[in-house]
Amino acid sequence: MAVFEAILELADDHLVLGHRISEWCGHAPMLEEDLAMPNMALDLIGTARTLYDRAAMLEGKGRSEDDMAYLRGEREYRNCLLVERPNEDFAHTMLRSLYFAAFMRPFWLATLEMTTDETVRGVAGKAEKEMAYHIRHAGEWVIRLGDGTEESARRMRDAVAALHIYTGELFESSPAATEAEAEGVLPVRADMRAAWEDVIGQVFAEALLEAPEVPYPQTGGRKGLHGEGLGHLLAEMQSVYRAHPGATW
Amino acid sequence: MSVCWQGTGEAAWEAAASVPDPEVPCVTVADLGILRWVRVEDGVAVAGVTPTYSGCPATLAIELAIEAALRDAGFDARIERVLTPPWTTDWITDEGREKLRDYGIAPPEESGGKATLFGAAQVTCPRCGSRETERLSEFGSTACKAQYRCLSCREPFDYFKCI
Repeated sequence: MAVFEAILELADDHLVLGHRISEWCGHAPMLEEDLAMPNMALDLIGTARTLYDRAAMLEGKGRSEDDMAYLRGEREYRNCLLVERPNEDFAHTMLRSLYFAAFMRPFWLATLEMTTDETVRGVAGKAEKEMAYHIRHAGEWVIRLGDGTEESARRMRDAVAALHIYTGELFESSPAATEAEAEGVLPVRADMRAAWEDVIGQVFAEALLEAPEVPYPQTGGRKGLHGEGLGHLLAEMQSVYRAHPGATW
Repeated sequence: MSVCWQGTGEAAWEAAASVPDPEVPCVTVADLGILRWVRVEDGVAVAGVTPTYSGCPATLAIELAIEAALRDAGFDARIERVLTPPWTTDWITDEGREKLRDYGIAPPEESGGKATLFGAAQVTCPRCGSRETERLSEFGSTACKAQYRCLSCREPFDYFKCI
């Protein structure tokens, strides 16, 4: 295991969630959201690009950012399962973003305090501010839908039931992440739990939602064990590049 | 915060600093504080440029425009992307803020990085100066802007959001 793989895990989280959110482009329920979705997707994909570049450099085998994104198969992707979950409806989409951003913001803030990697520090400084926006945007929607109509509240509760089981994986460190933590590159993932629960607790209290007990958390993404959806996502995202290897645009 | 040239780079700085932002052309890259420095090394002008947002699609266009401006001024040119310290709206100069307001875009109100997570900033209407405004959307036509509406003059306007 090596530090570059831990950075790759982070990059995969951001690319996969960014791609998922970009699927709303042109389909969002109102114009403002049609602008907001690609904006948030761009934040995530921009972060992924710098991280892929850094991971490729640390690996030292001459792979590029594009090789990392377009030429790895599903079993080689190391994203957590939460980010690949399908969009379903707006309740699922916004809750997924809230869960992720509420983890990433304290993670990046902690990274700023401790990392020895200048590129990672640069990414963290930018991303923690962007994650604050994502928390606010997604959080406002979760509150609006959870404390909304009977139908919106039902959908929000369904989203919590469907997605909460994937949140535990956010706090788990893979062997690669553990090494990156030991080397002072990334902070300990489990340390983010209090900050995450604080944000989720505030939003859920206003949204009239309850966090369920999770007897069997779903994990496996860091080992390349994914749900059915990721293969479809990658097929769409990678098809042009695989048909025209080396293409740039 | 300040931006500057280093060594003998004044002419190179002048050339690079005059490049307008492609999405908000009323301000230059120097007004926005995304041109960090220019230095001339062995006849090559090296410009340090920082992105506003991680995924800002204009980043590459801005870098190419600065490189072209330096070449037009007679320098061999190279761009260095600077990630630290990260850009925040505090890097926008006072002149830049004035130009944004004249253009109809409300400049950022205060450094928002550590602001409360919920609740919107109070924004002044760039047209009539009223403080009675409301946020329409956190996200605007570009990554760096949000949409607001003035409750006094009823005009919608862009707000250059604080990060």
